[in-house]
Amino acid sequence: MRLARWKALEYQPVFKAQALVQQVFHPQPSLERLVMYQPNWNRRQLILNSSAIGAGLVASGLPSLVSAQSPLTVGFIYVGPRDDYGYNQAHAESAAALKAMPGIKVLEEENVPETQSVQKSMQGMITQDGASLLFPTSFGYFDPHILAVAPKNEKVRFAHCGGLWTEGKHPKNAASYFGYIDEGQYLNGVIAGHMSKSKKIGFIAAKPIPQVLRNINAFTMGARSVDPSITTTVIFTGDWSLPVKEAEATNSMADQGVDVFSMHVDSPKVIVETAARRGKFVCGYHANQSKLAPGAYLTGAEWNWIKAVTVMVDAAKSGKPHPNFVRGGLKDGFIKTSAYGSMVPEAARKNADDIKARMIKGSFDIFKGELKDNTGKTVIAKGAAFKQTAIELESMNYLVEGVIGKI
Amino acid sequence: MSSFKVNVEAVLLPVFSVACALLLFGLFVAIGGHSPVEVWILLFKGAFGDSFSIQNTLQRAAPLMMTGLCVAIPARAGLTIIGGEGALVIGALACSALPYAFELPLNIWGTVIMLFAAAISGGLWIGLAGWMRQFRGINETISSLLLAYVAINIFRHFVEGPLRDPASLNKPSTFPLYASQLVGTIGQWDVHWGFAWGLLMCLCAGTWLGFTSNGFATRVVGGNPRAAGLVGLPSSRLVVCACILGGAAAGLAGGFEVAAVHTTANASVIAGLGYAGILVSFVARHQPWAIVPVAIVFGGFGAAGSMLQRRMGLPDASVQVLLGFAFVLILAMESIRGRIDWFNIFNSLRVSTKTHAV
Repeated sequence: MRLARWKALEYQPVFKAQALVQQVFHPQPSLERLVMYQPNWNRRQLILNSSAIGAGLVASGLPSLVSAQSPLTVGFIYVGPRDDYGYNQAHAESAAALKAMPGIKVLEEENVPETQSVQKSMQGMITQDGASLLFPTSFGYFDPHILAVAPKNEKVRFAHCGGLWTEGKHPKNAASYFGYIDEGQYLNGVIAGHMSKSKKIGFIAAKPIPQVLRNINAFTMGARSVDPSITTTVIFTGDWSLPVKEAEATNSMADQGVDVFSMHVDSPKVIVETAARRGKFVCGYHANQSKLAPGAYLTGAEWNWIKAVTVMVDAAKSGKPHPNFVRGGLKDGFIKTSAYGSMVPEAARKNADDIKARMIKGSFDIFKGELKDNTGKTVIAKGAAFKQTAIELESMNYLVEGVIGKI
Repeated sequence: MSSFKVNVEAVLLPVFSVACALLLFGLFVAIGGHSPVEVWILLFKGAFGDSFSIQNTLQRAAPLMMTGLCVAIPARAGLTIIGGEGALVIGALACSALPYAFELPLNIWGTVIMLFAAAISGGLWIGLAGWMRQFRGINETISSLLLAYVAINIFRHFVEGPLRDPASLNKPSTFPLYASQLVGTIGQWDVHWGFAWGLLMCLCAGTWLGFTSNGFATRVVGGNPRAAGLVGLPSSRLVVCACILGGAAAGLAGGFEVAAVHTTANASVIAGLGYAGILVSFVARHQPWAIVPVAIVFGGFGAAGSMLQRRMGLPDASVQVLLGFAFVLILAMESIRGRIDWFNIFNSLRVSTKTHAV
C-alpha cells in the first residue's frame, strides 16, 4: 500500500514534464481528438487523473479505469463575473454542480462580451479543449453568435439559455432551455404584499422586453392578490448591468415611500444592499442574495439551472438527440424560492406556500382573465387563462393594472 | 541619439516592459499556487500558438486598431479625445439605419455605402467635439466623453424604438442586413475584412502624419498651436479635420461590428471597444504604425486570457492584472526613454545620471 502511494507520487513529476512537452510540441489539436472527444492532457487534469490513479491504487491495489475513459467536456460561458450574486452566478452554480459529477470535465469563461469574443471562446473550447457540449449562457449569445458557430461544428451540441430556438429555423445541434421564473416573482409579490406598510412596492428593471414585463406583472399581481390597493412603481435603467443607475433608482423610490423592492437586472447586488441600507425590504432574483442583507431579504425567485443542464448532459452522454426545446417552472425544479427571512410572519409564509403548492400541482395560472393593463385596456378576456407554456405570454407588451410606469 | 537608436529604443522599451510584466505576472500566479511556466506557455499558446489562436488574436485586434486611431489622430493635433465609443456606436447605428432610408444594392456596393455612412457619421460625431473645442472653447476630453453617453442613448432610443425589428422580442435589434450585404472573412481565415481595413488605415494615417506636409502641419498644431498660428497654419481647420478622421475610423469600426459580426444594431455593439482604443493609442504613443502591433498584442492578451480561464480555471480578473502590469510598466518606462544606451546597456546603466544631463 505504502509503496503504491509512493510510486504514484513519484510519477507525478514525470506526468508534468510530459504535459509540458506535449503542450510545446503539439499545439495543434488533431482531428481525431476533435471527433473522439479524447481528453485534453493539460497539467491540471493529469494531476487529477494521476492522483485518481493514486487513490485507486491505495484503495484497491489496482489501477483504476478513471483515466482511461474520455470524459465529456462541457464549456460554460458567462457574460459577466461568475460571482455576481445574479444571472451569471445562477449559471456558475449549475457548472459547479456539474463538476461534482463523474466523467465530466467543465471549462468556464467569464466576462465574455456578446461580440466576436464569444464566437472565438466557443470555437476555442471546441478546437483547443475538445468540448462537445457548450452552454453559452447569455441571452445575446444566440443570434448571431451561436448561429454562426453551430453550423461549423455539427458534432458539437450548443445549449442556450433564453428560449430562442425555433424548429426548422435554427440548427439541430443548437437548443434552448428556460424557466418560468415569473412563478417565483408572483410568490415574491405575495410576500411583498404582506410586508408592505406603505402599500407601495418597487421594481427595478433593465429593459421593457417581454421577459421582464412578465416578471413585473407577476410580482404586481402577487402583491395585489394580498391587497388590491398596492401599486408597483417601475424604473427601467436601460441595460442589464448599470449599478450606478440601479442604486439611484433604489434611492429615488425609497424617497417616494416604496418599502419593498424586487428587480430584474443581471446582478441584484447593488439594489439589495442599497434597499437594506435604506431600511427597506427586498425580494431577490436570479440567485440567493440573503447573505448580502439578512435583515432585509424576504425571499427570492432563483434559478435552479442544474435541472436543465442535466437534461442536456444526459442526452449528450447517452448519444440521444439533442433536446432542442427545454422548459420548466417550479413543478419541474427549474425554479426555486429562497428560504424566507426571519421577519416574514407565519400568515404570509402560509399564503405563499399554498400558492406555491398549487403552482407545483399545475392548478394555478398567473395570467388569466379578466386582466386589464394599466391604461384600462383588457389584455386577457374574461374566462381566458394562459398556461405557462402559452406562446402568447412570450410576446407580452403591457404592464398590468397597478403598475405605475410606461413601456 | 541617432534616429536609428531612437527607433530601436521605441521597440525595445515596450518589449522590455511586456517581458517584465510577464515576469511579475508569473510571480503573481505562483503566489496563487499555479505554475508560472505553465501560465507563460498557455499565454503564448492562447495568443499565437496555432493558427486558430493567431486568427483569434487578429480578429480581436481589428476593431482596436480603428478605435485606437480615433484617439491617436486627434492626439497628434493636440487633442485628448476619449469618446471613441460614441463614434463607434453612432457608426453602427448609421450603418444599420441606412437600409431603412434607401434601397441599397444587394451586393458589395451596398456594403460600401453602409460603411461609408458609418465612417461619415462617426467622423461628424468626433468632429463636433473638435469644433466645440476650437470655436466654443469647450474641453474636448470632457465633451467627447459626454457625447459618447449621448450617442449610446441615441443608439438605444432608435434600436429599442423607431428602428426596432418587431421580431426581436427579448433582444431589441434593428432589422438584420441582407446576407449579400454582410462583410465576409479574409479567404479561409476566420478573420473579417475589418482587420485588413484597420491595418490599411493605420498605415495610411502613419504615412499621412509622418511624410506629408499636411500631416506635418497637423503635428505642428499639436506640438505648439501658437507657433502654428504664427506661421499661418489654419489650426482650427487642421484640428477639426484630425477629429473627423479619427471619428471616421471609430465609426467604421462600428460599421464593421454591424456588417461583419452582429448583422443588426443592438446593445451588444456597446462592448467598450471604443474605450479599449484609448489604452491602445496611449501605449502606442499615438503613433498610427505602432497601433498595429499594440492592437495585436492587446488582441493576444484577450485570446490568451480566454485560454487561461479555460485551462487553468483562473478568473478573468487575472488577465486584467496582467494587462495592468503591462500598461503601468509601459507608461513608467517613459521615464527612462532616452537615458539608456541599448547597445551598451551595462555601461549606460552605470552612467545613466550623466547621460541624462546630456
